Amino acid sequence: MMNNNVRMRVAFEKYGKIRFTSHRDVARIWERTLRRASVPVAYSEGFSPRPKLSFGLALSTGHESDAEYLDIDLDPERVDGLDTDKLVDELSGHLPVGMAVTAVNVIDRQTPSLQQAVTSCTWQIDVADIDVETVERAVARALSAETMVVTRERKGKQVTDDLRPLVLNLSVEGPIEADDTGTVAGVRLKAELGTQPRAVRVSELLSALDPPLTERRVVRLHQWITNDDDQQRSDPLSAAASPAPVGAS
Amino acid sequence: MTSMWPQLEPLLPHVQKPARYIGCEDGAQTPEHGPGIVSWLLTYPDTYEIGLPNQGLQILYEIINERPDGAAERSYSPWVDMEEVLRRERMPLFSVDTHRRADDFDIIAFNLSAELTYTNLVNCIDLAGVPIRSADRADGDALIGVGGHCTYNPEPVSDFVDFVVLGDGEEAVGDITEIVREWKVAGKNSGTREGLLRELAKLPGVYVPSMYDVEYDGAFLAGVNPRFGDVPAVIEKRTIADLGDWPYPKNQLVPMTEVVHDRLSVEVFRGCTRGCRFCQAGMITRPVRERPAEQVSKMISEGLARTGYDEVALTSLSTADFSGIEKVVGDTVANSGANQVSVALPSLRVDAFTVGIAAELQRARRTGLTFAPEAGTWRMRQVINKLISEEDLYAAVESAYSQGWRRMKLYFLTGLPTETDEDTLGIAELARNCVKLGKTYKSSASVTVSVGGFVPKPFTPFQWFGQNTVDELQRKIGLLREDTRRSTGVQLKWHDPKATLAEGIMSRGDRRLGPVIEYVWRNGGTFQEWSEFFNYDLWLEAMAVNDCDVDWYAYRHRTEDEVLPWDHLSAGLHKDFLWQDWRDALDELGLEDCRWTPCYDCGACTGYGIEHRVASATPPAGGSQGTGVDLSAGGAVPVVLQPRARASAS
Repeated sequence: MMNNNVRMRVAFEKYGKIRFTSHRDVARIWERTLRRASVPVAYSEGFSPRPKLSFGLALSTGHESDAEYLDIDLDPERVDGLDTDKLVDELSGHLPVGMAVTAVNVIDRQTPSLQQAVTSCTWQIDVADIDVETVERAVARALSAETMVVTRERKGKQVTDDLRPLVLNLSVEGPIEADDTGTVAGVRLKAELGTQPRAVRVSELLSALDPPLTERRVVRLHQWITNDDDQQRSDPLSAAASPAPVGAS
Repeated sequence: MTSMWPQLEPLLPHVQKPARYIGCEDGAQTPEHGPGIVSWLLTYPDTYEIGLPNQGLQILYEIINERPDGAAERSYSPWVDMEEVLRRERMPLFSVDTHRRADDFDIIAFNLSAELTYTNLVNCIDLAGVPIRSADRADGDALIGVGGHCTYNPEPVSDFVDFVVLGDGEEAVGDITEIVREWKVAGKNSGTREGLLRELAKLPGVYVPSMYDVEYDGAFLAGVNPRFGDVPAVIEKRTIADLGDWPYPKNQLVPMTEVVHDRLSVEVFRGCTRGCRFCQAGMITRPVRERPAEQVSKMISEGLARTGYDEVALTSLSTADFSGIEKVVGDTVANSGANQVSVALPSLRVDAFTVGIAAELQRARRTGLTFAPEAGTWRMRQVINKLISEEDLYAAVESAYSQGWRRMKLYFLTGLPTETDEDTLGIAELARNCVKLGKTYKSSASVTVSVGGFVPKPFTPFQWFGQNTVDELQRKIGLLREDTRRSTGVQLKWHDPKATLAEGIMSRGDRRLGPVIEYVWRNGGTFQEWSEFFNYDLWLEAMAVNDCDVDWYAYRHRTEDEVLPWDHLSAGLHKDFLWQDWRDALDELGLEDCRWTPCYDCGACTGYGIEHRVASATPPAGGSQGTGVDLSAGGAVPVVLQPRARASAS
């Protein structure tokens, strides 16, 4: 018999025009996609049954990504015969242009949620209308500083945060040339930003630099889960243990 | 020629909801353009969220793109922040499909569903880089066309448009494409635009305002007359005979971002013969043409599978009148399987049968139910011919509460002809009675009453009625507020009477209102449908500056012999039928639904040689609903099943 405890973790990318959809839009796109692909998603009980989907950290509207994740609870009654390998192509075929599934893994239901587990993200950040030297100076100043204090509004109150401990890595990759894939001339940075206790936004980091930088194109390259014991980091798919394959009886 | 996307893309992070401008919908097309292909930019003059679901626009989008000589793309009013960006960057309006410049299209065609979007129409034409006045356009400029319910009186916007399509657009867009194609292939040469417009004016259902001269007799209209002998004196609307021939949209657009009505829609019939006298939609879309139930079921099952939606709306007026309703509902519920599909019926008549259908459909989400009794007393409902008896109404309400609904929404109109304060207060009384009924089932039972000011519309029996003043509507709303203040469980909502006035001026206005629309637009009055942007003082100022009298346009009763601004257009309805129905209204005489009773010769069927196309000879079960017969008996009333003379319909 099938394991009652079935959850899938899906890795997907988001590129191009579709990047202007919001996190909520992406959730709706996924609900429709899973119904179109006839994936046996489990529904919540009650008056308004909702598909049991759990998204990771929200990607800002307008940002692209190589590394988005989604956990899907499956209905154990209907899961027989589901082939996760075929799902990669199947789901991609139903997703809009610009979104594609890169991997699907079965994970244990006890796996901590993406929101809880992910500890940092690596970002590729292109900034325009600025020279490399200025960007390098801004990065050097930030890295040598003890603190990076930002003020933001939360529930109507001004809150002060120190971003510095969450800037795990920040480097200048170098100048970039415009090309026909949408890349514009400017300077490319790479940053690894912590997500616990809260995720630092790319825009926060850029406006905290001196001089502040303006993002032109941002891509999330990785999400990382750091193991508390050995401090090794891995991506959310390989970090989650995989039990018996779905559909095996 | 090429896509504006590279220029637009860096600007999108700076506007709200950028997904409004990306297209990318499931079902979106990227048609080929070329010298022998007529390109249409189908535009909805309000936001993407409101315009995307519009079925009329989606139907024409598919029909034009299926033609080898046609290409259709879509556009919507950019929100105010995007407009600012476009004007600053000197960029024109664009299509969302391939982000092509609006001024690259041969035709920009607008759906006009609401009078308060008229300033957005002008704004979109201007953003497209086309002169706003038809008279100022050169041969190479895009042709500006309009369709939709408001075009049954297009006179207020006639300065801004080149052509108007009356009625169903399915066939008309093909005819227009052919004529424009010839002109395009010939090179759109200098001085040929007027000749093209004259050719268009000869097409059935196509009205070209510039081919007509308006004569006045003092303040009154004397006539709108064709300038040439080969241009028709009266323009008849287009009517497709059989909805079954037009299973559109075949690939309903599924947007990537949130829109109103984010669900599958399947049109089950067009037209309505209930004969509600305030309802323009019911009058101008006659006769009733049902889609075969099997086709509806097929469109639902294929549509759900293709789109991944979990909700389908069956669209029509008074949807429970669809003779295939039980089959379609049964099929849909049976086929939905493990997916939790829900069916929405946005337009419902009020009776227990309807509640039964709704109960079957909303097994899971039984939160709110909406009915539109429209008036608070039986007397008033006879005047407006919304013949819902108290028994029907309370039976429906009781049935709903007993089956688990806790909240009910009731829609009413105020400012109706002959309305007394007793009628107005009847709304509150009715709502209180509903709450009382509900409380026997659930102590938290509540009723939301939504009251709108009545605007008389062209081609209805109330087209001669002078609408209530803003003060009078406000007084009536005040009466209701006072009366419901201590009624627990009754929540009152109302529309702004000032917006009702602006709508009313345009609804029955004439060509002299063109400058008024232009004035409001020039002074920043766009998105007038949106309460945060509606600018009452600006409308009054625009009327005063252009010597247009508010009383004369909105508040004045018209006489039988007055020439109305839409008298040169025809929705098939005989004017003397409408006048008689108006007199009957004043005498509080109801008129039964002609689907199951003898013909009243309104003109809609006989004029076009078609009949109501109803699949079942049995009137819908339950509720007297103006048929005047005990419908629980069923089948007692004869009905003609087939079109009478299909050949002459085309």
